[in-house]
Amino acid sequence: MNNPYIVLPIIFQLFTAILLMFFWLNVNAQRLISGIFSLISLGISIWLFSEIWQNGILISQAGGWQAPFGITFVADVFSATMVLLTSIAGFAVAIFSAGSIRNARLKFGYFPILHFLLMGLNGAFLTGDIFNLYVWFEIIIIASFVLITLGGEKSQIEGAIKYVTLNLLASAIFLTAIAILYGLVGSLNMADLSIQIAEVENRGLVNVTAILFLIGFGIKSAIFPLYFWLPASYHTPPPAISAIFAGLLTKVGVYALLRIFTLIFIPDEFLSNLLIGLAALTILSGGLGALLQVNMRKMFSYLIICHIGFLIAGLGMYTELALVGALFYLIHDIIVKTNLFLVAGLIFKLKGTLNIEKLGGFYRQFPKFSLLMAIPLFSLVGIPPLSGFWAKLYLIQAGYLSGQYVLIGFILLGSFITLWVIAKLWAEVFWKPDVSIPKKIGVKYFYEIKPLKRWAMVLPVILLGITSLYIGFFAEHIIVLSKHISADLMNPQNYIDAVLGAKPLTP
Amino acid sequence: MIIAILSGFILAAIVPFFSPYLKKNASLIFPLLPLLLFGYFASFFPRIKNGDPVSMFYDWVPSFGVDLSFRLDGLSLLFVLMITGIGVLVFFYTFSYMKGHEYIDRFYAFLCMFMASMLGLVLSDNIITLFIFWELTSISSFFLIGFNNEEPASRKSALLALSITGLGGFFLLAGMILLGTVGGSYSIQELLSSSEAIKSNSLYGGIIFFLFIGAFTKSAQFPFHFWLPGAMKAPTPVSTYLHSATMVKAGIYLLARFSPVLGDTFWWNSTLVTVGAITMLYAAIHALFRLDLKGILAYSTISALGILVFLIGLGTDEALLAAGVFILVHALYKATLFLVAGIIDHETGTRDVTVLSGLGKVMLPVALAGILAALSNAGAPPFFGFVGKDLIYEATMQYGEWAVVLTGAAIVTNICLLFAGLLAGVKPFIGALPEKFGKVHLPSPLMWVPPLILASLGLVFGLFPSLIEQSLIQPLFSSISKSGTEIHLKLWHGFNLIFGLSMTTLILGTLLFWKLKPSKNLFQKAFRFEFLSPERLVGHFARGFSGFARIWTGFFQNGYLRNYVITILGFLTVLLAYRLYNGIGFQIKAEMFENVTLYEIIVLLIMAVSIVFTVFSTSRLVAVASLGVIGYSICLIFLFYSAPDLAMTQFSIDTLTVILFVLVIYNLPKYNTFSSTPIRIRDGILSVFFGLLIAVLTLEVLNEPLNRETSEFYAQNAYTLAKGKNVVNVILVDFRGFDTLGEISVLAIAALGVFSLLKLRLKSIEKE
Repeated sequence: MNNPYIVLPIIFQLFTAILLMFFWLNVNAQRLISGIFSLISLGISIWLFSEIWQNGILISQAGGWQAPFGITFVADVFSATMVLLTSIAGFAVAIFSAGSIRNARLKFGYFPILHFLLMGLNGAFLTGDIFNLYVWFEIIIIASFVLITLGGEKSQIEGAIKYVTLNLLASAIFLTAIAILYGLVGSLNMADLSIQIAEVENRGLVNVTAILFLIGFGIKSAIFPLYFWLPASYHTPPPAISAIFAGLLTKVGVYALLRIFTLIFIPDEFLSNLLIGLAALTILSGGLGALLQVNMRKMFSYLIICHIGFLIAGLGMYTELALVGALFYLIHDIIVKTNLFLVAGLIFKLKGTLNIEKLGGFYRQFPKFSLLMAIPLFSLVGIPPLSGFWAKLYLIQAGYLSGQYVLIGFILLGSFITLWVIAKLWAEVFWKPDVSIPKKIGVKYFYEIKPLKRWAMVLPVILLGITSLYIGFFAEHIIVLSKHISADLMNPQNYIDAVLGAKPLTP
Repeated sequence: MIIAILSGFILAAIVPFFSPYLKKNASLIFPLLPLLLFGYFASFFPRIKNGDPVSMFYDWVPSFGVDLSFRLDGLSLLFVLMITGIGVLVFFYTFSYMKGHEYIDRFYAFLCMFMASMLGLVLSDNIITLFIFWELTSISSFFLIGFNNEEPASRKSALLALSITGLGGFFLLAGMILLGTVGGSYSIQELLSSSEAIKSNSLYGGIIFFLFIGAFTKSAQFPFHFWLPGAMKAPTPVSTYLHSATMVKAGIYLLARFSPVLGDTFWWNSTLVTVGAITMLYAAIHALFRLDLKGILAYSTISALGILVFLIGLGTDEALLAAGVFILVHALYKATLFLVAGIIDHETGTRDVTVLSGLGKVMLPVALAGILAALSNAGAPPFFGFVGKDLIYEATMQYGEWAVVLTGAAIVTNICLLFAGLLAGVKPFIGALPEKFGKVHLPSPLMWVPPLILASLGLVFGLFPSLIEQSLIQPLFSSISKSGTEIHLKLWHGFNLIFGLSMTTLILGTLLFWKLKPSKNLFQKAFRFEFLSPERLVGHFARGFSGFARIWTGFFQNGYLRNYVITILGFLTVLLAYRLYNGIGFQIKAEMFENVTLYEIIVLLIMAVSIVFTVFSTSRLVAVASLGVIGYSICLIFLFYSAPDLAMTQFSIDTLTVILFVLVIYNLPKYNTFSSTPIRIRDGILSVFFGLLIAVLTLEVLNEPLNRETSEFYAQNAYTLAKGKNVVNVILVDFRGFDTLGEISVLAIAALGVFSLLKLRLKSIEKE
């Protein structure tokens, strides 16, 4: 069904970004606008989601050009879910930023760029055109690059250089893949590609192209051995920024992998095995890395990689059940990882360091914060029945049914390492007696901030914590959702019909 | 029933909000919860006695077949009564033991959480729900062991316990899902009916392996036992409640529960008997050399758990009955001994058995409890322990050709345990009272009444086994054994071989107690073999794993951007080459090159030369200029293929890039070479190979028939529909206008970024 309003999540973020630029130096106005407009954007996403949940796939042909000739925007349940999660994370981070980002950065366009980034993410989730997807990726890269460098600290620049080089490499590979795809079938519309690619006789060429897409998106998803940019950069920018990165940047890569490898390239045995192998090694590399870190954000960065492995494992097994696991984990992970980095931000504001060996005494000093922070930490571990647990049930069962016993072993190993790392962190940061840390110049501590801003930092953590608890205790809802998406992905005919069968609005 | 189970969680959840009101005396409301629950569950006695289990069902996550279905049968009833009954006593004891502690409310909250998890565990009929509660007991145990969180040893023990039980938990999860997948249901009741099918499935071995690891880690079986002595760092109520009476028996519960489903096979029986036997002997001998009261009790608990695993492994009716009775026997006397040890520690400040003596003179009721418990532990008639021990010997004696060996093992274990019990329950109270303990006095009755009650129960049940025979033990037996025989508990069997064995045990144990005096010297001798202990080996493994992690991470995440690029490109090249080699017949046809013109060849040569210049030049300026030449050559190629507008665009972009480059590099320091020649050669080879692969790929694509549908659509409709004469322009602003919008945004963002990079210098006071 046609509905031109489905591009609203994109356009509204663009509008917000432009509006914010008119308040260049008026940082308080920016804080307010960003917060309120993020809330409206959340409302729009909820509307979009409920609309699609009730009416099925909605599409919009940009400029009224009929598919496959123009750019098509497609909102199916998967896209709408991702947009909704982006809006939740975006809202939380916007509020947290209002409390935690110092004026100096805000005066150099922090908020406009944040909303550009959100626009890019929404665009990537909603587009049904592979070149258009590339464009949204460009926006995401450049916006995130600017956010990493904003402030120009030496460590920021060093991280940013690695970040941008490797991500541009990914883009180049992605673009090459699109060029080859276009040369092969002469189309860019993803639904159309799905039909055309299936008819290409030279399967070898199709398989090679699939590899290019795998690597291109694989770099963005931070899978083994392509993840280097992530641990090199995520710990350098201000916490609010790394929170939005942690929640969504790798996930948009995973989204693309899930989309492309269910719609256009159906994995053959080699590709499936490759994905499974990479998933296992991704889990291992992330877990091993996390074991060694003493900086909380670096630790979380490696855990992101580790858990990306779970998602890729679901894709690699390529059954409806496995995808349910991967999708559930994806939903859980976006919320919980965003929250973890916000928590890290809060801890930094309280103590001025993120070194877990130096931190201590949270249990005694901040019992309420400890309780609040325990929610994302233990959700991440997947202490049942918290949110990280349910997805593993599906992944493990899918593993049995497809005979992937070694992969199950790696999933359990990853879970165990996560448990250990978080328990260790808990013992160090929350349990260990407080050692006084010398006050740092240049850090505005939590207790020096005005109460309103303090609440701006605590509120998002509460909001995301409640969301995590909801995912855990009402897992049934999320499972129904994941099953719906998984069934959609495995039977893309509805998607194709919606895009190609729909009549354009004008001529 | 669901409210009864979850009430502990609910209470724990509201504690943080009422924390200030729940310190001091107000915390006396906490013991009321287990008291209520005990009454509630006790009211089911008549129904269970009539063989009528109580079931409840609530939906939770029906998609995965996870529901809150609870079932109270004989086995569950025993556990539920132990959990709530001992819970009441421990909760009251805690009030006095932790009196005045800053965080007593928090402590109670964790205890409530644990109690609720434990109730859920033993009542769940759904195996996934069972697992959920299982994990929750591990987590509450983590918080309770680490309760004195400012002591490094507490934190370390808590982490160790969580690692071991957590690891076991993951195995159990794997086992439960496998069991559910093979058995087709997550309900224990339904699995019972497909028992034979599961046992003959090829994955049966996997199921019991996972299940065993889960049960062994939780119930501290060799070689996973070592977390339990460490867990004794927890306050004594925790040691009593979790690490002796209830939580560590969860593994036993699991084995007993699944005996009817998975048991009675060669691997089931032999594994359990072997592991149980090793554990009971190993831990019993270890208990001989300990000096710390709680250490002795910890090892004797491990040993008792070993006996239980061993009995379930034997799997005969006698053995299962013995296991059922011994669970209760052990809970009664061991909880008493722990509580007594806690009182001694609380009042004297030491738990060293070599120092403690004569305390009976100052705290008689405590001494009474200790001695009663020690006697029940010893299996002296007429205590309940005697009934239990008889049953154990009966079970081992009837086990065919292995009877002698098994009975021998049981006797040795029991002698050591007897010794340990006397050491912990009797030794501190007899002999002369050292002067420094002169001021020691009897604590509040809240502390000494609970152990006394437990200890007396040991005597009462021994004298009148009929009290519990039909109401508790018979339903328990029916729920773990398939045979359905009537059972009878008797104190007195007459003078037979088993009675003789019992008496031998008693005499030898007492003799041992008389002769062997624990001392530092002996303790150290025993420690000579410590380097072989599983704890040390696991420690080595952990260090090795950590070293491996360091090497692995250091190898991949080495900090050099160039290595990252090489790794990624290398990986891509290998994959591409493999797929090209396997999937594509190379067909570079001669006719493809027939139309190549001289101009094209010349331009190509220019490009090739420029590339060489770019790569090998030592001057940046030359390199940039050569890059510009390559750009212009591409423009020419666009021109040859009749795309003048593209050529113009490319031309302006290239010019601009070169100018910008020159402006930027003007300020840079001189060119330096950081890489060695072999590395450069390696990189060169990779680059050439990668380039070749992409070239081959492109040529292959050109071989495919080109689909011109899209471009023809653009050409036909640009003027008629989009009202534009220049097709490229129409594509940019209309057909694919959204792409252009995106690219404009990219430029805008980049401009903002450049602006901030040039202008924004954070002052040192406003960094974070």
